[in-house]
Amino acid sequence: MSILIDRSSKVLVQGITGRQGGFHAKLMMEYGTDVVGGVTPGKGGEWFEGKPVFDTMRKAVETTNADVSLVTVPARFAADAMMEAADAGVRLVICLTEHIPVSDMMRVVRYCAQKGTRLIGPNCPGVMTPGQAKVGIIPAMVAVPGNVGVVSKSGTLTYEVGFAMKNAGIGNSTIVGIGGDPVIGTTFVEVLEMFENDPETEKVALLGEIGGSAEIVAAEYIKNAMTKPVAAFIAGRSAPPGKRMGHAGAIVDGGEGSAEEKIQALEAAGARVAANPEEIPGLLS
Amino acid sequence: MKLHEYQSKFLFRDFGIPIPEGVVATTADEVQQIAAELGGVVVIKAQVHVGGRGKAGGVKVAKNAEDARACAEEILGMDIKGLRVEKVLVDPGADIEREIYLAITNDRGAGRPLIMTSMDGGMDIEALNRERPDAITREHIDPILGLQGFQVTYIASAMGMPRALWRQFGSILRGLYRCYIQSDAELAEINPLVITGEGNLLAVDGKVIIDDNALFRQPELTAERDASDELESERQAREAGITYIKLDGQIGCMVNGAGLAMTTMDMTKLYGDTDGIGPANFLDIGGGATPEQVATALRIILSDSNVKCVLFNIFGGITRCDEVANGILTAYNEVKPDVPMVIRLQGTNAPAGNRIISEARIPNIMSAETLTDAAKMAVAAVKEGA
Repeated sequence: MSILIDRSSKVLVQGITGRQGGFHAKLMMEYGTDVVGGVTPGKGGEWFEGKPVFDTMRKAVETTNADVSLVTVPARFAADAMMEAADAGVRLVICLTEHIPVSDMMRVVRYCAQKGTRLIGPNCPGVMTPGQAKVGIIPAMVAVPGNVGVVSKSGTLTYEVGFAMKNAGIGNSTIVGIGGDPVIGTTFVEVLEMFENDPETEKVALLGEIGGSAEIVAAEYIKNAMTKPVAAFIAGRSAPPGKRMGHAGAIVDGGEGSAEEKIQALEAAGARVAANPEEIPGLLS
Repeated sequence: MKLHEYQSKFLFRDFGIPIPEGVVATTADEVQQIAAELGGVVVIKAQVHVGGRGKAGGVKVAKNAEDARACAEEILGMDIKGLRVEKVLVDPGADIEREIYLAITNDRGAGRPLIMTSMDGGMDIEALNRERPDAITREHIDPILGLQGFQVTYIASAMGMPRALWRQFGSILRGLYRCYIQSDAELAEINPLVITGEGNLLAVDGKVIIDDNALFRQPELTAERDASDELESERQAREAGITYIKLDGQIGCMVNGAGLAMTTMDMTKLYGDTDGIGPANFLDIGGGATPEQVATALRIILSDSNVKCVLFNIFGGITRCDEVANGILTAYNEVKPDVPMVIRLQGTNAPAGNRIISEARIPNIMSAETLTDAAKMAVAAVKEGA
């Protein structure tokens, strides 16, 4: 078991003929992900590594029965691509694209909710169920199968922690990068709930950062509804207020969203919070 | 991207929101002339991207044109929190009966636009929110449907807007919502929106922040960018596609990925704080970490004279650490930094990368295995050099 994706997931890549999309589609296939095709408007009928390319998501889903789509198209087309995927009826849309305007994302998140489509991202590294499938750019070498679920706002920090776990002999059920943007499709709480209900997951690592209040809401959920132990790390303790730290969402604004308040809330909820991400494996064993 | 008050208000005017008929000036002569043309009392307001300009003396009321000139001479060239005042807005004085707050912002948690308004405007909205949250009327907008008529009525009614002003207020609220959507604003704020002695509404001060990610489709607003509050090093980084923010510590950090970059900063503070040592910057070099990018980033980091050590923390996923190691050596030979560098490469081909670094035998370069070691070594290097 796992959450969101497994070896039976049939995956389409929107933007498969692009440089990024093609590169990562190949790595996903090498990992064992069942990539059933791709979509690039105007390139329907072509082939990519033996997989069909379609002009539209509707045609692609009709033909392949795909249930997952990975969006790799540039920011100005990404909102449309996500809504096209939701309209075509896939169960899960994962969007890697960064720099998408917030007003676009507000409409997309609402649209996906109306269509009953789960959206992960944008601006995220994707999802990996080690040993089964990966949809996104999480490197294969950072994780092995196991029973710790990981949910994170960040990319390389996730690899760092996954890799530290692997070196400590700890494996992962599923790793979910939810993205660091202000408005995202799936929040910490929703992923925690999936892990709580997943029999394969025994413990959870949560990697958050400054900005917004998603970690505070997650702490509430941990306190009220989680039975599985949670270890956490919050990046940005040393970040000054009012400065945006790379991620569009990572900003301490008007005293809200600081690392201290998040760490306090998580500790009060019973999570074990590391001051150093390399301590996470120790907190989980 | 922040807009100045005058840019914000002129934008509001394009959406039918009444504003004072002010004019922007850069010299005291211009201010005097504008004040003479406007006649009567004028307000001279510094146009700088910092809060609290009123308290700093950047806003003055003048009785006549001569007085306006004197005020302008004081304000123009003044230093407000490190920024020089180059422009002032000269507004006709308004007859203020009451001050109202009205703003539309992105509610990131809810994923929807949020309208916030209060009959008790003029003051700092965050303070009002802390002290009397009930004095603020809040309404979320469906991002697909947009602002609906019933919501306008609800807001006017719930906030206690006098009935006689509902029509005017509704027109301003709809205009502000259109402005917020069409300008891709993160924030469109009128504070205060005043009720004048004649019983009209007037947007006396305004603030608009545009979503940087939407600037590609806002060419007119992009052309209005005033980057005078941006440091030269930050501008260079922005143009090179590197995210760099200067801080005030001694350890220059070069990292791939925003979350890991913040984490690396945190580690230098975790192990250095007791000795007053911490991060000199946030720097996310992005995915590639090519020799050219590493060299550019290194130059930017070293342009800060506080930097006493440079810490590289690269997690190679798709990026291979041996390639990054070669990139670092190329950059080193080009930039020739005179401060020690601690290099920590982890992930894909890390052993090969570390071998390349150690075989180069550069006395100034140290290699670290874990992030913890790297941070401790960087702190120690700063202490030794002090």
